Amino acid sequence: MKHLPAYYTFWHILGHYGLRWFAFAVLLFLMLPILVIVPLSFNAEPYFSFTPGMVSFDLDAYSLRWYADVFSDERWMLAVKNSFIVGIAAAVIATILGTVAAVGLSNPAMPFKRLITAFLLSPMIVPLIIVAAGMFFFYTRFNLVGTYFGLIIAHASLGVPFVIITVTATLAGFDRSLYYAGLSMGARPLKVYWDIVIPLIRPGVISGALFAFVTSFDEVVLVLFLAGPEQRTIPRQMFSGLREQISPSILAVATMLILISMSMLVTLEMLRRRSERMRSGAY
Amino acid sequence: MPLDRSDVFLRFDNVKKSYDQKTLVVKDFSLDVAEGEFLTLLGPSGSGKSTVLMMLAGFESVTSGDISISGKSITRTAPYKRNIGMVFQNYALFPHMTIAENLAYPLQVRKMTRSDIQDRVGEYLNLVELHGFRGRYPGQLSGGQRQRVALARALIFEPSLILMDEPLGALDKKLREQMQYEITRLHEKLGFTVVYVTHDQTEALSMSTRIAVFNDGVVQQCAPPAELYEKPSNAFVADFIGENNFVNGHVDTIADGMAKITLPEGGTITAVAAHGLAANTRCRISVRPEKLYMQDDRGAHDNQVSVRHVTHYYVGDFIRYYFKLQGGGDINIKFLNDSAAPDLKEGDIASLVWFAKDCIAFPA
Ligand SMILES: Nc1ncnc2c1ncn2[C@@H]1O[C@H](COP(=O)(O)OP(=O)(O)O)[C@@H](O)[C@H]1O
Ligand SMILES: [Mg+2]
Repeated sequence: MKHLPAYYTFWHILGHYGLRWFAFAVLLFLMLPILVIVPLSFNAEPYFSFTPGMVSFDLDAYSLRWYADVFSDERWMLAVKNSFIVGIAAAVIATILGTVAAVGLSNPAMPFKRLITAFLLSPMIVPLIIVAAGMFFFYTRFNLVGTYFGLIIAHASLGVPFVIITVTATLAGFDRSLYYAGLSMGARPLKVYWDIVIPLIRPGVISGALFAFVTSFDEVVLVLFLAGPEQRTIPRQMFSGLREQISPSILAVATMLILISMSMLVTLEMLRRRSERMRSGAY
Repeated sequence: MPLDRSDVFLRFDNVKKSYDQKTLVVKDFSLDVAEGEFLTLLGPSGSGKSTVLMMLAGFESVTSGDISISGKSITRTAPYKRNIGMVFQNYALFPHMTIAENLAYPLQVRKMTRSDIQDRVGEYLNLVELHGFRGRYPGQLSGGQRQRVALARALIFEPSLILMDEPLGALDKKLREQMQYEITRLHEKLGFTVVYVTHDQTEALSMSTRIAVFNDGVVQQCAPPAELYEKPSNAFVADFIGENNFVNGHVDTIADGMAKITLPEGGTITAVAAHGLAANTRCRISVRPEKLYMQDDRGAHDNQVSVRHVTHYYVGDFIRYYFKLQGGGDINIKFLNDSAAPDLKEGDIASLVWFAKDCIAFPA
């Protein structure tokens, strides 16, 4: 522990430690509901609470039965498959569209830049329920309700703003003379983008793609409106699981989701550090 | 110095540029460059030099006028088809590629075979003395080394024209001088044509075959370095290149290119009449500090004025003396720092002399 400044009075010291404890309490408040799920998912009994056996660390009170349940339940397996199909497809579409949009918006000659940016970012600001309702009425006309394609493009549109934001952020540090240098050496604009621009903004593109994937992965409102029974995703299955068949398998799924989210956060942080290194090393 | 029509390699023909459709950043820019020349665009910052270069490279459109290379207009040619090499101030090396990959890029674009690329890259790495660095990344090189890579990368596809926009601006003084030598050496060895942009007159004077002094979007004068220094064609150039004293006067008569001028205090002097100078008008006379002498050092002279000593500064290799003219106006001279340097006190009266050919009268 660091030494406190010598001029500290009793009240300073009280404030110092008081603030620490308060911050710790807030952290606990935020984390506890999530952390509590993890041990409960190993419950040997079909309860959502700690059994006396669990509290006394009796190994028999713990089991993997809910995990086994999830992996043997075809509804859960379908939901997992759907979540990944929709999430990956939506992330790919959102990444391509968002990257192209961000690159276009970074061109100094682009007119109406602010207006177009605001328009493209609007899915992030407009309440999801409104987007969902609007899409529902729109989709019924084209028979897109209850189709994979409909759900995928709906989720892609939610992911685009994230990609635009992360790619624009990396492009802000991009030196335009690199682009000019590529042209002067005889490469066509598309080749320069492919060889020079895209590799240099790759960290932004990848973190945008991860954000787009996560957005789709835990989205439930659009799924409720637009998906049929075949397109049920994990959050949708949890939603109905909570109401219909209360079983700790939900906790097992939740634990696995926490693990996935955490690994994504770690990936993002590693990407951020890498791009920082690249920038500081290059200039 | 207008070029013979057949010698012209690069030509700017009444080129104008406006970014906002209102104000012209480049006004009526016309210039001919011969093959193999080292032409420098010299001008204060914001005068539109980079804009001219960007139009030449094709990154900015030409508002009106025409740019042609070897008689063919390139105004509507895409930048990637112009075959012009470019060196940027911030090097613009691709940070994710090694030095060898950076050099290979323009050759890959031209679909050269792998072994040809390898040979050429090796050759140019030798040329800029960076052979041991082929596998390094730009971030691992010093500023001077990066600039040499940038130079090699602009030269490696053998363009006939190389553009450089303040390429040495980011280097310290010593490195800058080394790189000036390096660039001049490569220019002499390989014989490409250079259009070089700088705001540093020393750099321009020491490297160029010709300098175009640029201000307010217009070429003020285009001439070889010595001519620019000795025979500036207007007061801006006289002031911008080197140092100059400016003294006001009144033109009495002009004969054979020489003007008889009356100074405010009543004395008369003779000066070279600049283009556009008319008799019976006011004028500004320029004379360089190193062309002025104190009376006793030289017998022969054409002009003489009486001045009052104000102060002097010890610079090292020379001493700079400041004087006031009797009819108003300041004048300073440089005196070699030797035992002959006069010991003047404030208020002392001295007499300055110089030759008529060393001073120019510009229209006021
Ligand atoms: N892309 C641009 N858009 C608008 N104005 C510009 C642009 N580039 C340069 N200018 C303006 O043109 C003028 C000349 O700039 P520049 O050619 O960069 O001068 P220099 O290179 O001589 O310093 C400046 O007033 C600058 O503000
Ligand atoms: Mg400039």
